[in-house]
Amino acid sequence: MKALVSVKRAVDYNVRIQVKPDGSGVVTDGVKHSMNPFDEIAMEEAVRLKEKGVVTEIIAVTVGVKKCEETLRSALAFGADRAVHVLEEGAVQPLTAAKALAAVFKKEEAKLFLCGKQAIDDDANQTGQMIASLLDLPQATFASKIVIEGEKAKVTREIDAGLETLEVDLPAVITVDLRLNEPRYLKLPDIMKAKKKAIDPQSLESLGVSAGAGLKIIKTSNPPARTKGIMVKTVDELVSALKNKGLV
Amino acid sequence: MSKILIIADIHGGKLGAAVYKTVAAAGPIGGEIHIAVFAVDGAAAAAEAAKVEGVSKVLQIDNPANEHEMAAVLTPQIVALAKDYTHVLFAGNTFGKDIAPRVAAKLDVQQVSDIMAVHSATSFDRPIYAGNAICTVEAPAAPCIVATVRLASFQAVGDSGSASVESVSISAEIPTHTRFVSLEAASSERPELQSATRVVSGGRALGSEEKFKIIYNFADKIGAGVGASRAAVDSGYCPNDMQVGQTGKIIAPDLYFAIGISGAIQHLAGIKDAGTIVAINKDEDAPIFEVADFGLVGDLFQLVPELQEKL
Ligand SMILES: Cc1cc2nc3c(=O)[nH]c(=O)nc-3n(C[C@H](O)[C@H](O)[C@H](O)COP(=O)(O)OP(=O)(O)OC[C@H]3O[C@@H](n4cnc5c(N)ncnc54)[C@H](O)[C@@H]3O)c2cc1C
Ligand SMILES: Nc1ncnc2c1ncn2[C@@H]1O[C@H](COP(=O)(O)O)[C@@H](O)[C@H]1O
Repeated sequence: MKALVSVKRAVDYNVRIQVKPDGSGVVTDGVKHSMNPFDEIAMEEAVRLKEKGVVTEIIAVTVGVKKCEETLRSALAFGADRAVHVLEEGAVQPLTAAKALAAVFKKEEAKLFLCGKQAIDDDANQTGQMIASLLDLPQATFASKIVIEGEKAKVTREIDAGLETLEVDLPAVITVDLRLNEPRYLKLPDIMKAKKKAIDPQSLESLGVSAGAGLKIIKTSNPPARTKGIMVKTVDELVSALKNKGLV
Repeated sequence: MSKILIIADIHGGKLGAAVYKTVAAAGPIGGEIHIAVFAVDGAAAAAEAAKVEGVSKVLQIDNPANEHEMAAVLTPQIVALAKDYTHVLFAGNTFGKDIAPRVAAKLDVQQVSDIMAVHSATSFDRPIYAGNAICTVEAPAAPCIVATVRLASFQAVGDSGSASVESVSISAEIPTHTRFVSLEAASSERPELQSATRVVSGGRALGSEEKFKIIYNFADKIGAGVGASRAAVDSGYCPNDMQVGQTGKIIAPDLYFAIGISGAIQHLAGIKDAGTIVAINKDEDAPIFEVADFGLVGDLFQLVPELQEKL
C-alpha cells in the first residue's frame, strides 16, 4: 500500500524564540529550521512499515515556500521514495494545508496518511484530523503504537485517561505521538541519494484548493515573564519560605 | 448576542472536570451557553451539567454509538447541532483536540486552538512556539467559530447553577469505520494533574522506576498530583499520561515541584501558569532556576526525603 507522510518545515526545537519588537511575528530569518520533530516520527514509522513489507511506496508532501524543499530532501533521505511540494508563498494555516494534503492523498490513491500530531511552531494540532474529516476517513490521533493487519489498523492512542486502542478501516489518517518510535539518524549516503529523487511541484491552484478566510493574525507578543525567584541554601529555608507564602 | 455550544467530555458516565473551565472561557464571549452531553445514557452527566454555573441549557443526546466519544462518531452529530450556534467550544484536552478539528473542517472554518484569553466574541489570544509567543487572532464570525480552550488559563466555574435539560435526537449518519478496542486506564488515587492544587514532578535524574517512588512518596505526603518530564516518561520511570509540557499536559497548580528536571522549554511550556515553582537540581546553572520562585541546589536523593520529613 501507498503511504503519504506530511512533513512541515519548522523552527528547530532547540531555538529560543524571539518575538519581533513590532509585534508582527517571531524572528525566523537566519534561524535554524528542521523537519517538525513529530513528522520525523511519522517518517520513521512509514519507513519501518516499508521495511516490514506492509507499505510499498512512501510519498512525502509539504505545503509551503521554496525552502521547504530542504525538508522534503530530509524526508527522502529518511526513505521516502518521492515527494510532492505544494508551493505556496503565503502563510499556510492548518485548514488550507489539510485541503492541499487531502487533495494529494486522493490523487495518489494512498491507503495510509501519517503525520505529526502537532507542528511545534503553530502548536495547532489540527491538520491530520482535518484531512480525515475532509475525506470522510477514519482518524486515529496521538498514536503510540500502530499495527496494520490487512485492510485494518489497530492504533494505540495516548489520551489523558491512559492508552486507548482503536481499530480503523483503511484508508485512514493516523497522527503520531512522541513514544511511537525513535527516528533514525540520517546517513550521508542516504542524504546524497535523496538529492536524486524526484520532487513533483504542485500548487494550491493545481490541486483545486482555495486558501479560504482563515484567522487574521492581529499581533504577536511576548508571554508574561516569570521573574527569577530566590535561591535557598537549605531545606529548612525552603520550608519556611513556603510557610511564609501560606503554601504549606 | 452569541450562542455558545460546549461539547462535554464524559468519563464513566460522569461529567469531565474540564467542562467547568471551558464554561469559564465562554463567559467573556457573552451570550447564552449550552452544554451538549453525548452518551449512551447521559441522564446523570446531564444533571451534573445543568448545575454548571452560567449554563442555560443542557442538550442530552443519547445513542448507543456514543459510548466511546470517538471523533468520527461525534462529528456528524455536533455538525448537525452547530448550525444554531455562533461558537462551538471544546476543552483543550485530548478529547477536544481529537474532535474539534474534525468538526471545524466539516464546517469549513479554521479552528482556534488553545484559547488563553478572550478579547471579544471573535478575538482571542493563543500560545504558539510552546507558549514562547502569544498570538492575538481574529476569527471570521461566519458560519461559526470552532475553538479549544487552554484549560490552565481559566478558573473552574462553580456548580450551583440550574439549567434545563432537553433530550435531543439527531438524525445523522454515523460511520462504523472506527471501532473501540480497549482502554488501559491509568488508575490512580492521586489528585488528577490538571486540577491538582499541588504537583510534584520528577525528571531523568530519578534514574529508574524504582527510584521514582521517592517522587510518589513525597507527593502523597503533601497530597499532590504526580507529573514527569518527557525524559522520565521515555525512560519508562512512569506512565505516559504523566508527561507535563508542550506536548503533554499543561497544568496550573498553586504549588509545583520540579525535581531533577533541567527545565527545557518544552517542559516549561506546561508549567508557566503554576503559582509557585520550586526546583531541586544539583546543577546550579540548570535553566529551571530561571523560572523557579525557590531554587535549591543539591542531590535530590538527600533533599527530597529531608523535605518530606520537615513538611
Ligand atoms: C517535539 C518535542 C516535544 C517535547 N515535549 C516535551 C514535553 O511535553 N515535556 C517535557 O518535559 N519534555 C518535552 N520534550 C523534551 C525536552 O526537550 C527535554 O529533553 C526534557 O524535558 C528533559 O527532561 P529532564 O529535564 O528530566 O532531563 P534532563 O534534561 O536530562 O535533566 C535532568 C536534570 O536532573 C539534574 N540531576 C541529575 N542528577 C540529580 C540529582 N541526583 N539530584 C538533583 N538533580 C539531579 C541534572 O542536573 C539535570 O538538570 C520535548 C522535546 C521535543 C523535541
Ligand atoms: N504546511 C504544511 N506542510 C506539510 N505538512 C503540514 C503543514 N501544516 C501541517 N502539516 C502536518 O500536520 C501536522 C500537524 O500540524 P498542525 O495541525 O499545524 O499542528 C504536522 O506535523 C504536519 O505533518
